[in-house]
This record gives sequence, structure tokens and C-alpha cells, in this order.
Amino acid sequence: MTVPISYYLVLAAVLFSIGVASFLIKRNIITIFMSIELMLNAVNLTFVAFAHMWHQITGQIFVFFVMVVAAAEAAVGLAIIIAIFRTRRTLNVDQVNLLKN
Amino acid sequence: MPASYLWLIPLLPFAGFLINGTLGRRLPRPLVSAVALVPTFLSACLWIWLWFTMRAPGAPESIQSVATLFGNSWISVSGFHADFAFTVDHLTLIMLGVVTCVGFLIHLYSVGYMAHEEGYWRFFAYLNLFMFFMLVLVLSANFLLLFVGWEGVGLASYLLIGFYFKKDSAANAGKKAFIVNRIGDFGFLLAMFLLIAHFGTLDFATIFSSVSQHPEWQGGFLTAIALLLVVGATGKSAQIPLYVWLPDAMEGPTPVSALIHAATMVTAGIYMVSRAHVIFDRSPYALGVVAIIGAATAIFAACIGMVQHDIKRVLAYSTVSQLGYMFLACGVGAYTAGIFHLLTHAFFKALLFLAAGSVIHALSGEQDMRNMGGLRKRIPVTFWTMTMGVFAIAGIPPLAGFFSKDEILFRAFVSPNPIGKLLWLVGVVTAGMTSFYMFRLWFKTFFGEMRFDEHHAAQHAHDAGHDSGQAHDGHGVHESPLVMTLPLMILALLSIVGGWVGVPEFLGGHNEIGAFLDPVFSVGTVQTTAVVSHGTEFGLAAFSVLIALIGLFIAYVLYYKRPGTAAAFAQRFPALYRLVDNKFYVDEIYQGVIVTPLLVISRLILGGLIDGGIVNGSGFAAGASARGLGSLARRIQSGNIRSYAGWLALGAAAVIAVMIFGHSLWLH
Repeated sequence: MTVPISYYLVLAAVLFSIGVASFLIKRNIITIFMSIELMLNAVNLTFVAFAHMWHQITGQIFVFFVMVVAAAEAAVGLAIIIAIFRTRRTLNVDQVNLLKN
Repeated sequence: MPASYLWLIPLLPFAGFLINGTLGRRLPRPLVSAVALVPTFLSACLWIWLWFTMRAPGAPESIQSVATLFGNSWISVSGFHADFAFTVDHLTLIMLGVVTCVGFLIHLYSVGYMAHEEGYWRFFAYLNLFMFFMLVLVLSANFLLLFVGWEGVGLASYLLIGFYFKKDSAANAGKKAFIVNRIGDFGFLLAMFLLIAHFGTLDFATIFSSVSQHPEWQGGFLTAIALLLVVGATGKSAQIPLYVWLPDAMEGPTPVSALIHAATMVTAGIYMVSRAHVIFDRSPYALGVVAIIGAATAIFAACIGMVQHDIKRVLAYSTVSQLGYMFLACGVGAYTAGIFHLLTHAFFKALLFLAAGSVIHALSGEQDMRNMGGLRKRIPVTFWTMTMGVFAIAGIPPLAGFFSKDEILFRAFVSPNPIGKLLWLVGVVTAGMTSFYMFRLWFKTFFGEMRFDEHHAAQHAHDAGHDSGQAHDGHGVHESPLVMTLPLMILALLSIVGGWVGVPEFLGGHNEIGAFLDPVFSVGTVQTTAVVSHGTEFGLAAFSVLIALIGLFIAYVLYYKRPGTAAAFAQRFPALYRLVDNKFYVDEIYQGVIVTPLLVISRLILGGLIDGGIVNGSGFAAGASARGLGSLARRIQSGNIRSYAGWLALGAAAVIAVMIFGHSLWLH
């Protein structure tokens, strides 16, 4: 028995929504970063699901691209976060507002 | 001469203007002079060539030349058509001669007069610009091109009156001239509109032949056109009520006064009236107005001229007065006499101004005759040449002024105009006054004891920056250089012989100028030559000479024999003297009745209410509402990334909602 496609989509939507919500709500920059990863992976899940459904390899290839980009982003992003933490001694995004105004 | 060469006559000075106007600042003075003088000289040569072409046996009465730009005419819109068209007939020929020859002499004189002035190149550039426009004015074959020249000479006049623009009075005089002329131009413009409405064209030949073919047209719209043209002419030719700018125009350098404000530009009004004589001849009413304006201006300006102390102002009022004579001549239908006087006046008035300039030059910028006197021996060339000018304008035979003035007076006397005799009387009285104030000037300047303080003046001239002649050589009173006296001598000669082209028959002449201009002025006119015996003519002439001699005698007594008498006379009638001395308060009246109310209305209603309230108000309102909207919209740009993300999410949600539910809701 195969799991219907809608299950995957609902799961992906739930994960994506959690990602959006925590991105909007959380103040800790690492948590925000993780929520971005969560949104990316929710999308990945839909890609894989559709690829399986249509027996098309394209969707899975996209997933690899997304993972590579996400990895690069994580590397750069974490480096920035560490640099910010070293100078500012905080990870609260509301306090990182030197360029505002 | 090929007809297309006509275009060279104005374009040569224009080339001089372009070169001096753009590069003149960097050129050495001799080169600037050459650039200005050579084209003017060539124009004069072209005129001589043209003269011989037109006077050759079998030559046509007029030459036409139409220029096209890349195959197009100048203006061609919905039935109205105007060309760059030049025409030369005998009237134009005379005007061209005056403008090019007198113009060249004054250019030559200016080389000496302006030698030590700042802005030498600017002066000659303007002078050439003036020549260009004046030549366009007299050459044009339609009213529109004439108007271009008309406005152009006004511009050049403005620029040259305000040549010493650092002086407030000069700048104001320039503006005054321009604005007063603008009033006249308004009338001229309206006249052109009427001409277009009735004839559909502004071409001289078409309009005049059309009028000639309709002898039933009398008065009516022709009177309206003629009167509006007169308004234009009174502005340019400084007649009542628009004469006020000319005396003030003396703020310009003296050669400018000679060229523009005596010999050429101010005669444009007379030229225009003569040119349009076919129209004027159909309107006795308009002609009467011209005659009355002319006579009134002549005597009025002569009155003021009698008490002026500034040597140039005397000449300025004298110019206004003489222009009045020319107007009077036109008004009694004696266009030939008017043009004749224009010609002789160009000679002797240019001479008088240039000689006055030479006196001013000699006295390091002194213009007040009360500080002159006894200059006869010190500046002999100036004295003798100016003497010729004075005798010429006073109407002493056989000098130029006598013949032309006498012709005008005679024509006024025999004219069918019901007040012809009165006009004649006014003219004769004016002739006496002319003689008086010119000899007054002569005696005060050249005779008696020297009242000029050389040391003081030399000191004064250095910091005054007065009109020219800053005591450059430090020798006090000195005769002018040859470059200035040569034009004086030539003009003096012309002032003597210039009238001999119009010696009337009763004096054994043939009135060549009358025959010369006859082809122009006989068009469309029914000549009614009054038959008057030569005896009457001779009597009238003798009478006006007698009047002139009386003027001379009074001036001799008052200003030479018993110098104190004039002042005593002035003290006897203080109110009268003050009235005349203040030029009948015309400037003050204009100021009070026209200028001040205009300014008040402009400031309060136009400036305060309309400009300040409505125009500015709407501008401010538009600005304020934009700011208000902006400050509302600015709130969205909070700089908070999470709020942006929130809006993004909301937007995405909205898009998804439309994609999902939109189908069922409204897309089908």
C-alpha cells in the first residue's frame, strides 16, 4: 500500500508553517536560521514526493541543489553569526540594529 | 548688381556682430575695430553699387529678392504666407544710404571715442547688430520682416543705452526705452493683425496695389490700421505721447545717440508711415492725427529744449522736435518733404551729436553747458564743424536744414488740411525756438569765458566713470584725434550740401529729390498740387529765415552780449521756468497715472492674490498632500525584518488563497 501524496503535502505544509511561524516569532538568530532550514526541507519533501509520484528524477535533482545551497548558506551564515556574537555578545536580532535609521 | 546681393548688405554687419560678439573679448582692439568697420564699409560700398544700378538708364523702379531656406519660404500656414523678401525702391535707396554711410562714419568716430572704454568689443558688436536690424527694417518687402527689424533695432537700442550697465540711471533708461517702445509695438502688432484680417497678407506690394484698385475704400478699417500704425510710429520715433524714452536714452555713449537716437532708428516711424502712405492717403482723419501729433511734439519738445543744461539733452529734445517736423510733413501728405528732412536731419543731427561727443571728450566727460564756454579756440575743428551743424538745423540758407524744413512748412501752408495754416504757424514758431536753443548751445559752449575747471575735472573724471573721455592724457582740454574729426568734417560737408538735392524751383533748383521719390509716393494717390505762385513761396521762405535769425539774435543777446539776462528772466517767472525746466512734469505724471497704479495692481492683485494665493497656493497644496501621503506610507518601511517577512508571508498566503479559491469565486 502506498501512502497517498496528500499526506506528504500536508506534512510539508505543516513543517513549512512551523518554519514561517518560528521565523516570525523567534528572536534568537540561530533559531531563525534553523527555521529557514526547516522551510527549505519542507519544500524538499514536496519535491521528493512529487518526483516519486510522477517517476521523474528532476525533482530529486532539485533537492540535491537545494541541499548544496543550504549547506553553503549554513557555512556562511554560521560564520556571520559567530562573528556577530563575538563583537556584540548577543544573538538577539532586535539588538543587532546598528544600521537601522 | 544682382538682386540676391541685397542680402549681403545686412548680413555683412551681422557677421561682424557674430565674430565680435563671440570672440571679441579675446581679440586685440585694432582687430575688433577692423571686424566691425570693414563689413559696414562693404555695406556702404554695396549701396553705392546698388545706387548706380538703380540709376542706370532703363533700370526698374524696384528690385525684389526672395530668399528661401532649403526650398521653404519663411512662414506658410493655412492661407497666410510670408517670405524673407527684400525690396529696393527709391525710398529704400535713400534710407539705405543714410544707414550705411552715416552708420559707417559713426563707426569710424567710435573707434576714437570708445578707445579707452571697457567693453570695447561689446560696443562694436552691438553697433553691428543694430546695423543688421536697421538694414533689414528698411529693406524688407513686407510688414512682418519690417517688424523683425523694428524689434531688433529696439533690442540694440536697449543694449546700447544700457551700455554702462553698472550705472543705475543707464540701466533704467534702457528699460524705459524698451518698455515705452513695447507700447508702440502693441499698436503695430494690432495693425498687422488687421492687415492680415483684411488682406490675408502682409506683403507691401500686394496690400498697396489692392488698396489702389479699390478707390471706394475710404476711412473705415483703413483709418483703424493707419491709427494703429501711428501708435507704433510714435513709440519708435519718439512722438507725443511716447517720446519720454528718447531724452533718457542719452545715457548711452554719444556715438549711439548719434547713430540710433538721432540719425537712423528714430526715423523708422517716419519711414514706416511713408512706406504705408497708400493706406494713410485714404484716411484724412489719420493723416490729421499724424500732423497734429507732429506739430505738437515739435513745439513741445522745442520748449523743453530751450532750458536744458545738459548738452546732449538739448540735442535729444531737438531730435524729438525735428522728428515732429517729419511727422507733420507726413501728416500733410508731403512724404517727400518728410523723407528729405529725414535725410538732412540725419546729416546735421549726427554731426551735432558727434561734435557734442567731441566736446564732452575734450572736457573729460563734462556734459553740463554751465561748465563749458570759451572752447572756440581750444577745439577749433569741433567748433567749426559744429557751427555748420548749428546753422544747418537752425535753417539758415543755403545749408541743408533750410531747404528741407522750408519744404515742410510750405507744404503745411498749402495743404488742404483745414488747420494747415495753424500747423504752419506752429512750425514757424518751432523753427524760431529751434534756432534759439541751438545758438544758445553754441554760445554757451564755445563763446564767453571758460568756466571749465581743468584740474578738478581731471581728478573727477578718474573716479566718475562718466560717459567716455576719461582724461586719458592728462592734458585737460584737447582736440579729438583725426579718427573722430574726420567723420565730423565729412558730416559737416554733407550738412552744407545735403539740402541741395531739394532746391525748390523758385530758387532756381529742380527739386531732384522730389522727382527721385515720385515713383514711390505717386502710387495710389490722386495728387492735388496746389497752385501757389513762386512769390508766395519765396515770401514764406524769407519769413522762416527771418524767424530763425530772430532766434539767433535773442540767443546772442541772452547768452553772449548780456549773459545774466536769461537767469534774470527765469527769476522773473519762477513758476513758468520751473514748469519747463521739469519738462512739464510729464515723467512725473506718467509715473503717477500709469506706472504707479500698474505697479500697485501688479503687486497686490496679480502678485499677491493670483500669484501668491492661487498659483503658489495650489503648488503648496500639492506639495503638502504628497508629504502627507508619504508620511503614511513611510510607516510600512519600518526597517524591522520580521515585519517584512510577516508581510511577505501574508502576501504569499493571499496569493495561495487566490490560486485555490479564486477559481470557484470569480475566475469562472
